[in-house]
Amino acid sequence: MAEKAAPPDRRPVVTPTRVVAGLCLIAPFIAMLWVSSYARIEPTLIGIPFFYWYQMAWVLISTVLTSVAYKLVQREQRARKDGAA
Amino acid sequence: MTTTPLTTTLAAAPQGVNGVALAVFVFFFLAVTVMGFLAARWRKAEQSANLDEWGLGGRSFGTWVTWFLLGGDLYTAYTFVAVPAAIYTAGAAGFFAVPYTILVYPLIFTFLPRLWSVSHRHGYVTTSDFVRGRFGSKGLSLAVALTGLLATMPYIALQLVGIQAVLDVLGVGGGADANWFVKDLPLLIAFAVLAAYTYSSGLRAPALIAFVKDGLIYLVIVVAIIYIPIKLGGFGEIFHAAKDTLAVHGPTGKPRGELASGPNAQWAYATLALGSALALFMYPHSITATLSSRSRNVIRRNTTILPLYSLMLGLLALLGFMAIKAGTDTRGNAQLAIPQLFEDMFPSWFAGVAFAAIGIGALVPAAIMSIAAANLFTRNVYKDFLKPDATPEQEHKVAKLVSLLVKVGALAFVLTMDKTVAINFQLLGGIWILQTMPALVGGLFTRWFHRWALLAGWAVGMVYGTLAAYGVASPTQKHFGGSNAQIPGIGEIGYIGLTAFVLNVVVTVVLTFVLKALKAPEGTDETSPGDYTADVGDAGVTADLPPATAGAPAGH
Repeated sequence: MAEKAAPPDRRPVVTPTRVVAGLCLIAPFIAMLWVSSYARIEPTLIGIPFFYWYQMAWVLISTVLTSVAYKLVQREQRARKDGAA
Repeated sequence: MTTTPLTTTLAAAPQGVNGVALAVFVFFFLAVTVMGFLAARWRKAEQSANLDEWGLGGRSFGTWVTWFLLGGDLYTAYTFVAVPAAIYTAGAAGFFAVPYTILVYPLIFTFLPRLWSVSHRHGYVTTSDFVRGRFGSKGLSLAVALTGLLATMPYIALQLVGIQAVLDVLGVGGGADANWFVKDLPLLIAFAVLAAYTYSSGLRAPALIAFVKDGLIYLVIVVAIIYIPIKLGGFGEIFHAAKDTLAVHGPTGKPRGELASGPNAQWAYATLALGSALALFMYPHSITATLSSRSRNVIRRNTTILPLYSLMLGLLALLGFMAIKAGTDTRGNAQLAIPQLFEDMFPSWFAGVAFAAIGIGALVPAAIMSIAAANLFTRNVYKDFLKPDATPEQEHKVAKLVSLLVKVGALAFVLTMDKTVAINFQLLGGIWILQTMPALVGGLFTRWFHRWALLAGWAVGMVYGTLAAYGVASPTQKHFGGSNAQIPGIGEIGYIGLTAFVLNVVVTVVLTFVLKALKAPEGTDETSPGDYTADVGDAGVTADLPPATAGAPAGH
């Protein structure tokens, strides 16, 4: 964070792509640590209380979000490399 | 049906040895043992007597091997035994393991690639190596190394509890009346086998066995999660029964648990999830598996496929409720809930497969953990302090010996701590290991923190965490009975590890300001900003990595 430009990139550390990637990574924290938002039984899913299936659904959601962050970061890295070359 | 009185327990207990299940279990165990010894030849390098080879498998693992290795590493007997047992005992509270593993991945996505890069530029094998290089402080590096050693022991102990639970249900764990030697003999045998092949094959053994382990575990879970609910009348029935059972007031006058985390339990739930997530990748064994991967991208790609295991963990956790519904007789030890459920529900031969999955699921991480602890000791205690001119062969030898000693330490935890809440083994280690985070993760992003401030913060966190955990009583023991305590200043019950971590950070920040004002020497930083983003193909980073041991030829 406190790092100043690594040799190959003279571009700013904070870019829109990185902000979006960051948000993708932060979202699961907000969702999971806000326990009161999901601490209830109803609605159930095939008999499983909301508390359980909601959190398991977040496994999938956070996987998608992390993948998006991965793609974004990778794309930007490639762009930077091409730019530097 | 849940708190079976001892008399009926003793009448029910002598189911004797389940021959078929035992035979299947022994078959898999032997197969895996043979694999473990043969693993030494897998992708063998010409020059193998150095720490890079034994301890990091030559640093050559790609996405899939890394995935299996990390999965084998992180989802352990803890997954199979302790988490469902916690659900079985207290309901919703035990489910914190799911948000915990959800939060791990976005977290490591941000810092592990940096650690990979800097480690590959400078040939770091352990986190302590990095801390020493970054802060130029042997003292801080020693603190990190000792914490790693200490924290690993209860975690290995947790694996042993898993194996023991299986052996008990198989009927070879010895009854309550057997003397301790007969009782623990099968455990000691399993343990000796583990120690022997780790000793001879290093990281290659668990990496190879991890394939078998995960194959078995996925098979068992898929079958369990479909077959058992059908036998028990569906999830609706299961949760209905669980709700009634959890509402029953226990000996403490409070209900046994809740079906959804109640207002008084939510702080604990969130802090346990967050604290555990922060702690996980501070453990030496997680780092070992990470550094053995081939490139930076292998790690990031893994953060997108590892959550598959979390889904599995969630499904497994639900087995705890199934054990409630099925009225599983745990003979007063909740750790037996899942093995016993399998024994009751599955035909003998498949119960054997399930037990093998749990047993091997405990062996793999135990092996990786002991190797990681050994790396740590060798590099950062032995070489830095005891014998700076050690040859690679000597390092190799010491590492192997320490991997044995750590396992013995783990045995000590098993024999002295309250096994009925084995999940605390993992949380206790977490309290300690979390205190190394400011130095490690802080160091990966900034050099602002002062090394002495980090050391002081660490000490405060360690002392507070240990004292607070010491003060927690459980129904069966006076000290170290749990990992939650009141958070000073907030008044809610929360995870001790996280409270200690916050204290640690506060002390570190304040002292950094003070030390900077006093112009205390900062120490030399041998890394440069570019080191943290380097990848395979960049200048100075090659696919063939620098030797971990100074002066040794690269082992490839």
